[in-house]
Amino acid sequence: MEENQDSRKPKNRVKMREQLAVERARNFMEVPYGYTPEEAMEEASRCLNCLKPTCRTGCPVSIDIPSFIKLIKEGRFIEAAWKIKEDNALPAVCGRVCPQEIQCESMCILGKKGDPVAIGNLERFVSDYERESGDIQVPDKPAPSGRKVAIIGSGPAGLSCAADLAKSGHQVTLFEALHKPGGVLIYGIPEFRLPKVIVEKEVAYIRKLGVELAVNAVIGKLYTIDELLTAYHYDACFIATGAGLPLFLGIPGENLNGIYSANEFLTRANLMKSYLFPEYDTPIKVGKRVAVIGGGNVAMDSARVALRLGSEKVHLIYRRSEAEMPARKAEIHHAHEEGIEFNVLTNPVRFIDDGKGNVAAVECIRMELGEPDASGRRSPVPMRGSEFQIEIDVAIPALGTRSNPLLIRNVPHLSLNKRGYIIADEETGMTSKPGVFAGGDILTGSATVILALGAGRKAAQGINDYLKWKFWDTKKFMN
Amino acid sequence: MYRILRKEVLSDFVILFEIEAREIAKKAKAGNFFVLRIHEQGERIPLTIADFDRDKGTITTVFQKVGKTTHHLATLKEGNSLTDVVGPLGMHSHIENFGTVICVGGGVGIAPTYPIARSLKEAGNTVISIIGARMKDLIFWEDKMRSVSDELIVTTDDGSYGRKAVVTVPLDERLTENKDINLVYAIGPAIMMKFVCVTTEKHKVKTIVSLNSIMVDATGMCGACRVEVGKETKFACVDGPEFDGHKVDFDLLMSRQRMYTGEEKEAMELYKIKTGVG
Repeated sequence: MEENQDSRKPKNRVKMREQLAVERARNFMEVPYGYTPEEAMEEASRCLNCLKPTCRTGCPVSIDIPSFIKLIKEGRFIEAAWKIKEDNALPAVCGRVCPQEIQCESMCILGKKGDPVAIGNLERFVSDYERESGDIQVPDKPAPSGRKVAIIGSGPAGLSCAADLAKSGHQVTLFEALHKPGGVLIYGIPEFRLPKVIVEKEVAYIRKLGVELAVNAVIGKLYTIDELLTAYHYDACFIATGAGLPLFLGIPGENLNGIYSANEFLTRANLMKSYLFPEYDTPIKVGKRVAVIGGGNVAMDSARVALRLGSEKVHLIYRRSEAEMPARKAEIHHAHEEGIEFNVLTNPVRFIDDGKGNVAAVECIRMELGEPDASGRRSPVPMRGSEFQIEIDVAIPALGTRSNPLLIRNVPHLSLNKRGYIIADEETGMTSKPGVFAGGDILTGSATVILALGAGRKAAQGINDYLKWKFWDTKKFMN
Repeated sequence: MYRILRKEVLSDFVILFEIEAREIAKKAKAGNFFVLRIHEQGERIPLTIADFDRDKGTITTVFQKVGKTTHHLATLKEGNSLTDVVGPLGMHSHIENFGTVICVGGGVGIAPTYPIARSLKEAGNTVISIIGARMKDLIFWEDKMRSVSDELIVTTDDGSYGRKAVVTVPLDERLTENKDINLVYAIGPAIMMKFVCVTTEKHKVKTIVSLNSIMVDATGMCGACRVEVGKETKFACVDGPEFDGHKVDFDLLMSRQRMYTGEEKEAMELYKIKTGVG
């Protein structure tokens, strides 16, 4: 603690105040309130300003963390926000939804003896401060390069790529299939975790950078990739369409009424605002008793949305134990606090109907953990004769996704892997098809916002290099 | 954007819109559909593309007033604009010279049958068309259908126009008389498509149907539109909307179409009170 002269012992992390669990479980307002300037400065003062800042290496987009924290310490909040924006076009989003505990914060030296610096909370604070102050600075417009780039998908990968390319002087068009930009940030992540105004403001910032936005544009249908590259004279395309089609369990009864993919449930609630039905036109089934199946962030989001819609009882069903859940610890903790009932080591085997086409119950079987599988997690094994039923009227499988064929099947010469996802160079986003780049979930399947952001940035660099040198290494993709 | 250039009231319940959508018109093919939204609080509903004019840059759709959104839609006038129009969506019809094809269109399903019959005719097929509805007022596009068919049969359930029968009666007759029919296309209410398939299965004639399930994004992301075809779950929006009718679980389709009956009624009641429409 040689640099931390003003304190005798390490200070504890400044906790972010949040809505009480009993109250928030029934409203859609954001759970944490955010730091006050004083709290932010106090938390920032915990940073040791290490000579070799390991936190930065833990960040997928290499934000200059020590510098922005130093600016907070000095009360220069707006400058701190700009510092982050040098590397990250969506700080208000990332400050909220990044899994900092396994990224930057996991590398923080303070974490060895106590709590690491709350980097995520600080990122959130400065970006909120900047937005609320109305002092949103746009970098000087660079000289136009005369190049055109088409970006397919306006989720985190597309937005971050668009921002970087616009800053390099290229003319960028962002194509979005839905009627609103933002991708998963708009249709997937719920209001109480990521208020939609914030996404709108971040998108507005990217448009201020000069990015053109085309909504209701389903690429693959309205225009093919080849048409964009030839008839519409785009010099490059970046495919960032996200993961795609929701997976179902493949068990009897999964198409009964009242069974939603998490994508559908969340899209109805978030994008279409069906929690405001009938003021908004899109309906949603508010189950009295709901079963969410899965253990990821999307499962937690679905369960917590169901509760806020007014469901009396929400079960979370997961076939492994809580330790194996892929969701962020904070999300699991919030779900527990709000009264979601966890049924772990439990697997659904069939849905039972009410005789009228609606789901009435889910039959489950108890599981026990066996040997570790390919992912290193101990794989669950069913326990014979342990079947039991849970009465429900809504079920939400949140099991991840598979590749969406809509765009891809109309792109000749694009190499795909066995799962139907695009094969691309991780560092540059280059695919087997010259001029076409790809990144985010369309390569990897469902992952996180920040990884998609990182992929968007790398692809922007890859596209910049390509536009300069027009070099394409197709050998890489030969078998 | 998306201005309504022409409105035609085909009956008390059936309305036609010709909508300005230049880019979609360029790409639209028989069998495609599109999604629209009327206003910022609106739901996304899929409608079939009944015709398109690439030169004028328009698409034509025919819809029936059923719930709140379609009732509201019907109040829009020429010159009004829609907030969102997305398309063309779905796999287009597979058209080739099959030989002799029967096209069956029921109710508003007559509209999307038209471009398919036209494409089949252009591809060299002999096209027999059967169009039917509950009563005379609900029959439309008789002339258009006749212009692309070698033979046209019109039926109404109540006998107020054409032959008093459901579409499956003349269909069964034709399939019995003429053993050279290679394909049947059927678009209409799920119950009609179901019984068309029962009829054609008896004669072992392949039948393509176009499924009108509930959709949200209509690009494969949500799975609201899932149907069972040959015991497998398919998404009508990206795998369809056309499927081999003999493999479709129509009872499931009909059950899923009824999922929001209660909510639709509630929204409609409220809309009536607010506007006096309906």
